[in-house]
Amino acid sequence: MTAPVIAFDQVYKVYGKGDTEVRALDGVSFAIQPGEFVAVMGPSGSGKSTTMNILGCLDTPTAGHYFFKGADVGSLSRDQRALLRRHFLGFVFQGFNLLGRTTALENLEVPLIYRRLDKTTRRRMALEALEVVGLKGREDHTPGELSGGQQQRVAIARAIVTQPSLLLADEPTGNLDSARSHEIMELLTRLNKERGLTVVLVTHEEDIAAYAYRRIEFRDGKIVRETDTRRAA
Amino acid sequence: MFINTLLMALREIRRNVLRSSLTVLGIIIGVAAVIVIVTLGAGTTRQVQDEISKMGSNMLTIMPGGAMRMGGSAQSAPPFEMADLNAIKREATSLAAIAPVSLRPMQVIIGNDNRRVNVMGTDSAFSEVRNWKVVEGRLFTDSEVRAGKAVCIVGNTIKEEMFRGDIPLGAVIRIGKVTCEVIGVLEAKGQAMFGGDQDEVVVLPIRAFQRRLAGSSKISQIYLSARDVAGIQDLKGEVERIMRDRRKIAPGAQDDFNIRDMTEVSSMMQSTTGILTGFLSAIAAVSLLVGGIGIMNIMLVSVTERTREIGIRLAIGALETEVMLQFLVEAAALSAFGGLVGITLGLLGAAAIAPALNVPFVWQPSTILTAFTFSAMVGVVFGFMPARRAARLDPIEALRHE
Repeated sequence: MTAPVIAFDQVYKVYGKGDTEVRALDGVSFAIQPGEFVAVMGPSGSGKSTTMNILGCLDTPTAGHYFFKGADVGSLSRDQRALLRRHFLGFVFQGFNLLGRTTALENLEVPLIYRRLDKTTRRRMALEALEVVGLKGREDHTPGELSGGQQQRVAIARAIVTQPSLLLADEPTGNLDSARSHEIMELLTRLNKERGLTVVLVTHEEDIAAYAYRRIEFRDGKIVRETDTRRAA
Repeated sequence: MFINTLLMALREIRRNVLRSSLTVLGIIIGVAAVIVIVTLGAGTTRQVQDEISKMGSNMLTIMPGGAMRMGGSAQSAPPFEMADLNAIKREATSLAAIAPVSLRPMQVIIGNDNRRVNVMGTDSAFSEVRNWKVVEGRLFTDSEVRAGKAVCIVGNTIKEEMFRGDIPLGAVIRIGKVTCEVIGVLEAKGQAMFGGDQDEVVVLPIRAFQRRLAGSSKISQIYLSARDVAGIQDLKGEVERIMRDRRKIAPGAQDDFNIRDMTEVSSMMQSTTGILTGFLSAIAAVSLLVGGIGIMNIMLVSVTERTREIGIRLAIGALETEVMLQFLVEAAALSAFGGLVGITLGLLGAAAIAPALNVPFVWQPSTILTAFTFSAMVGVVFGFMPARRAARLDPIEALRHE
């Protein structure tokens, strides 16, 4: 068994105190191996968003440990977590979250700028990533000039341009129609298969979750069910 | 990294041209005002220096009264007499030339033209002392001075305006009730240090002035010159001793006259200009402060508007310091740009105003550099708070921001 990319060990996340205390995560443990394609499911308020925030090193557990490549993220500083995100994580959001009035190419360059890469390298990597998501020739288009599906492709390209260890997709198809949604899911599946990219996907749609091999279902801050379709198959 | 940050900042500024321009208006006005004031101040200083070198830097003046302040001397002290001049002529070894001067504004009538003009009674030595040449005609002869003959030398303005540029030699003019013949024209001197046209003057032999115009033998000032600049202090000492003796001032008592050299006049003028420039600059600096607050205001708006962008950048892996730097650079670029526009406008303004004030246009690279640095600093100082606010945003909250 290879070392897990990520591991939750009895993670608690508690908001508020006393009577208003809310346990967003209530002792959650799981591990994800490199190359997995995992769907995190659950109704709203079940703790899946909190899980994503902690997975993405944007938030830290109240108690318990989150290990990312062996490092205990809870003990890291804000800047150290930023560096983790910079070098190992890619984010895809429901609302695309591209920089407005900025071309696709420039959007892709942003994470590369923070990696201190020079202009030529940035351009080359950005163009490659755009080609992978099937947007070759659209590099000079701004988000306003692209359809929702194309914008999400640019966002995926931005997430993978740095060749991260883990791609976190938070309801990536939430703002798209079903045809576009399936195109996006096929793209993520392809990236997972061809590049061995570890993907964690949050969704509440059954047919979207079906693209993943493994499913973790949350309810009231606890994991209620885990299934692995590969084993089942 | 810094270059990228700068490019990013410039792009952001370009995106909101109108807003950016309005934001930096305060900086533009402040910097422009400072530049205009400092440039005109420097021009005035230069003018004073030119004036003094024109007047002859080894010149001294003696006036009755105690230590002189701006605005005139105490007139209680007795004026001078010809005997004072003769004594100085006899005893002062560093003396080059000495001239008595009595001045009075009087009505001068030439043909149909009639105006109030400074009338000066002196002798031919004033030309040497004041370094003021006769360009047409001649100076007074000794016999004319001794006899107090009604002859006069006119300034350039009298020639140009009252004689309409004609050479007036031999013409007869009236000063009050006295008529006199024009025998010479003085070279043009231009504006005086304390304002007023030095060339609007009519010069008569001292005795003619005393007898026919003033009706008294008093002399209000004495002009003297030393042999060279180094001799000024010697001459000053000698003259002070002679005058104290003649005016019977007890040892230890204060002089009832004062001797000034041109370096004193110049330093007095310069300190006056300096105070004025400093005062006006301080007022202009208030505008810079207001401009800075404007920048802070807009940067805060910008941070709120771009909360989502900041969230994206933080999620992608920007450090706090990098987000902070981005907004600081943006504020600094904005205000530095305002500074550049302000400097340009200020220089153009000063160049336009200088001729109207009869002041040379003197532009100083050091002033411009200071103004530019200062305006950029305003951006950094006032951009600090908004930038820190941006850097400290919680990425989760920021990404959720609509």
